[in-house]
Amino acid sequence: MTDNVLSQQQRTTASGSSTETPGTEPYLVVDNLTVKFPTADGVVQAVTDLSYTLEQGSTLGIVGESGSGKSVSSMAIMGLHDYKRTQMSGSIRVGGREILGLTNNQMQSVRGADVAMIFQDPLTALHPFYSIGAQISEAYRAHHDVSKSAARAKAIEMLDRVGIPQARSRVDDYPHQFSGGMRQRAMIAMSLVNDPKLLIADEPTTALDVTVQAQILDLLQELQREFNSAIIIITHDLGVVAEMADDTLVMYGGRCVEHGPTKEILTHPEMPYTWGLLSSVPEVSGDTDARLIPIPGNPPSLLDPPSGCSFHPRCTHRDKVPGDLCRTELPELVPGNRGSHHLKRCHLADPDSIYAAEVLPEIAPDLVDVIIEAREDDTPPAPEGR
Amino acid sequence: MFGYIVRRIISGVLVLLVVSVAVFALFFYGPADPALAYCPETRCTPTRLENIRHSLGLDQPVAEQYGTYMKNIVTGGEFELGAIGIDCPAPCLGVSFKLRVPVTEYLADRFKATLSIALGGAAIFLTVGLTMGILAARRRGTLADKGIVGVSLFINAIPYYLLALLGWLFLISQWGIFPESGYYGPIEEGPVAWVKGMLLAWVILGLAYSTAYARFSRGSMIESLNEDYVRTARAKGLSERRVTMRHAMRAAIVPVVTIFGLDFAFLLAGTIFTERIFDIQGIGLSALDAINGKDLPIISATVLIAALFIVVMNIIVDVIYSVIDPRVRLT
Repeated sequence: MTDNVLSQQQRTTASGSSTETPGTEPYLVVDNLTVKFPTADGVVQAVTDLSYTLEQGSTLGIVGESGSGKSVSSMAIMGLHDYKRTQMSGSIRVGGREILGLTNNQMQSVRGADVAMIFQDPLTALHPFYSIGAQISEAYRAHHDVSKSAARAKAIEMLDRVGIPQARSRVDDYPHQFSGGMRQRAMIAMSLVNDPKLLIADEPTTALDVTVQAQILDLLQELQREFNSAIIIITHDLGVVAEMADDTLVMYGGRCVEHGPTKEILTHPEMPYTWGLLSSVPEVSGDTDARLIPIPGNPPSLLDPPSGCSFHPRCTHRDKVPGDLCRTELPELVPGNRGSHHLKRCHLADPDSIYAAEVLPEIAPDLVDVIIEAREDDTPPAPEGR
Repeated sequence: MFGYIVRRIISGVLVLLVVSVAVFALFFYGPADPALAYCPETRCTPTRLENIRHSLGLDQPVAEQYGTYMKNIVTGGEFELGAIGIDCPAPCLGVSFKLRVPVTEYLADRFKATLSIALGGAAIFLTVGLTMGILAARRRGTLADKGIVGVSLFINAIPYYLLALLGWLFLISQWGIFPESGYYGPIEEGPVAWVKGMLLAWVILGLAYSTAYARFSRGSMIESLNEDYVRTARAKGLSERRVTMRHAMRAAIVPVVTIFGLDFAFLLAGTIFTERIFDIQGIGLSALDAINGKDLPIISATVLIAALFIVVMNIIVDVIYSVIDPRVRLT
């Protein structure tokens, strides 16, 4: 595993355009994080040996299906797991401070202030009995010793900032009086009220309709430029990743299976699970009869994970690996064909040719276009943070 | 909201009218003749029985009696029982056949004792029940949780009258840990005596009721602690205490309020076991006596008052709902 850590660090320095001075650590460092839940049926291995880093001002997309460990690993950064029922090892450093061993009470100063979170469904994530303004003020007053009226003024300012019209009169509304998109804006306002340096967005657009999704993503990007915060965006939507994330980390069965710059992950993926994710994205324009290609099988059991590569029972390419390697041996997370910044966990010797010959024709062509466009549009005019 | 309450009051009055008709009907078409109760067994001649019927007003048609009854509630009335004339001011619920006093006055006096039991008991069972429930929910699965649930089920399994009787027998009569129970007049005439007389009744009633409230609020609290908005509250960096009390509790209390509204209404309508065992002369005991004595005015008044409490508590619960939950609009 030392190799992995090393390559991670190399990757961070290689991507280089960071505003951090050399020698200082990235804002978030997750190192060999393992999360286990002992249950009556055995130990659930929710996350195994997860390592990544994130600089201020940049965005990491974590992709995977339900139960892949993407949410659990982020909950661990917030300390929102059940302390009595969770075993964790490894290291999570936020702004240089180790937070893994902190107690629930000690985490209170980190939560909401250094690291804030946006949840999937703002209707259930906002308290139905308190007004929007009261909930935002409460978050502000949890970390600032100010009067109620000052906190209220701050709440109005934040609501205005996230684009709630007539914030001054809407501040006393209750969540059920807001539309879905406005609720998520209010949620964003609440999470940013303490100016956190790291924002974790757990499927922030899944519960919203498509037109609102785009607005929310735009808002997040705009606010990121303004506050220079680091963002982790957890999603199963590759479109969201394409639009938002500088780097992408694909998780499967609690492990990182592919990690690299988003553009590369989307255009030159080297791991069959990532291929599967790309092939199962529907084509927006064009042939409506085109078949979606689902990934066969079910997500692996975290109680009794498959031997070797946890994806091998569902992998259609495992016969291309000599011997029974996929079943017997867990592949290491190692640099792929494009250098040390792109890591993959797969035994396939020549993934590029298989991808070009067998996978690429199945991928919705407009997805590829969107990806390329999004990344190219996005990269140049962002001198501030990147 | 105002319109809602007015409509609820009107429908409540209708409910009470139906209840009063039902009570009257039950009484008059029931198996027993109240006049017989006042006719000395050995010398009960038909003439004498007729005289008693006449003096109680029982010889008039039922509908007419009911009409008089209703009229008296609004305007008050004069009664002549035998040779004595009794003035019964509004709201007049009649004059007791047996005690020869206006029922309203009599029950109002008795009600003070019942209200004392209900208030003290409710204060205890709400505090103890909710505290235990929240504690158990927060430490779900631990020894403390299992202990609370276990003890609550154990106490619940003992019949209430047995619990109260054993409490009185040992804690007052045998060991003298608690002062002699009884109702020694209203609180303003001697708060110390009032508390002393009520103390064990409160404790036993509070204990018995708190078991259900502990389990109920535990379940409700476990549910709300798992809500997304409680996680959000924690994610804001709020203290665990604030997360529990302000965010989880606020939602968990809603179903508890419903149960409490009904329980409290029933308590106000009389707690026969508690009153009997601890010798507290409340509404429950007077109703028992009235049934034995076939004292129609007291019986119908007690039933009417019990129905009134339920109607009123339901309206209050609905209003409390709308205060707790802004999504509830009373229209």
